[in-house]
Amino acid sequence: MSGVRVLVGTRKGAFILTSDAKRQQWDVAGPHFGGWEIYHMKGSPADSNRLYASQSTGWFGQLIQRSDDGGTTWEAVGKTFAYEGPTGTHQWYDGTPHPWEFKRVWHLEPSLTDPDTVYAGVEDAALFRTTDGGQTWHELAGLRRHESGSAWAPGAGGLCLHTIVLDPTNADRIFVAISAAGAFRSDDGGQSWRPINRGLRSEGIPNPTAEVGHCVHRIARHPSRPDVFFMQKHWDVMRSDDGGESWREVSGNLPTDFGFVIDVHAHEPETIYVVPIKSDSEHYPPDGKLRVYRSRTGGQEWEALTSGLPQRDCYVNVLRDAMSVDTLDPCGVYFGTTGGQVYASADAGDTWTPIVRDLPPVVSVEVQTLS
Amino acid sequence: MIRVVLPAHLRTLAKVTDEVTVDVDRHATIGSVLDALELRYPVLRGTIRDHVTRQRRPFVRFFACEEDLSHDPPDTPLPEAVVTGAEPFLVVGAMAGG
Repeated sequence: MSGVRVLVGTRKGAFILTSDAKRQQWDVAGPHFGGWEIYHMKGSPADSNRLYASQSTGWFGQLIQRSDDGGTTWEAVGKTFAYEGPTGTHQWYDGTPHPWEFKRVWHLEPSLTDPDTVYAGVEDAALFRTTDGGQTWHELAGLRRHESGSAWAPGAGGLCLHTIVLDPTNADRIFVAISAAGAFRSDDGGQSWRPINRGLRSEGIPNPTAEVGHCVHRIARHPSRPDVFFMQKHWDVMRSDDGGESWREVSGNLPTDFGFVIDVHAHEPETIYVVPIKSDSEHYPPDGKLRVYRSRTGGQEWEALTSGLPQRDCYVNVLRDAMSVDTLDPCGVYFGTTGGQVYASADAGDTWTPIVRDLPPVVSVEVQTLS
Repeated sequence: MIRVVLPAHLRTLAKVTDEVTVDVDRHATIGSVLDALELRYPVLRGTIRDHVTRQRRPFVRFFACEEDLSHDPPDTPLPEAVVTGAEPFLVVGAMAGG
């Protein structure tokens, strides 16, 4: 029987929400790792029972958990993320050089083909990889050693590598995004990297069109269009049709183009979703109305999706890893809020229902479609 | 045999429900007790001390015999009452955070 499993990371633990394909009745399991921050939890595309979770606290540091049974039981695996060779420095908030220091794992991206291979995006920004199911992690140091690395500066959330996009047609091609350095691409399996930020414009940096320094919040792509990318930048929703070589703005008629999440419909590569947030200092929706915006034209023309979502007195945020889609038909869309709600739409966004209302603040939402 | 009391989250990680014991020689120090603890419970590596620097995590404290040993060097001998097992060595999650 087909169904979905929604993996929810929160500030105080992990929750697993499951349903059949109708996506009306839900079972809620958790909290797993109660009291710990779960920045991200994701399943292997090659083995739906293999899950990985990033678990951390300010007290006891970073752990990585692995499940081989779909999240029923977990095993703590390797948690040593040691930068390779001399760590060097990046730019600190006051402009001074600051040594790279590992703080936490923001994002875990399992390989598309091998359950034992996972990429980890960490703060301070670097990319690590395991090929033994999480027991050991090794840095792909070419990224941190990029000639621009010493000039990277943290955003308000830290110097974090938060987005990793793997290419289903080319195993050597990897995309990452770093706040506040920008987007980077490797064409040799992560050994060497180059910035792909042409067309981005950020008013908050000295040179608004600089090669690096942009606060990219999230990148999404449909697997059938490996060269088409959608980006939610700090401000601006952007699109690239050439693998990130150039970007153009597609914010169009959005009420505000600030936000964190962006995702693509599972069956319609030109249908994309964002959640506009009022501003970078006001991390809540405009007018107290929680609205998902959908574009069926790959950007520019957007429609507000409001059915089932609070349309008054709502002041939650939706963080960068907190939206996901399933691959059922119709496509399911899911997102979590800092108010602890996880909303689901089983009709591609036309109507929404809260699966849960009162979790700790939601940091990440990932969906597995089970067959 | 030295008795070690762990905070609740680390007991969960180590899959123990009560205080634990580790064996070190008569010249037990803070560092040697932590080494023995991590040897017996590898999952605790990195949770009390940083993996790389071996420095105590900022929000972890070490108490024994009603004294705060957190700022003592790792080679500081433990109090005799801890060495004999009369008193435990306490690893404490600091009162901090939210």
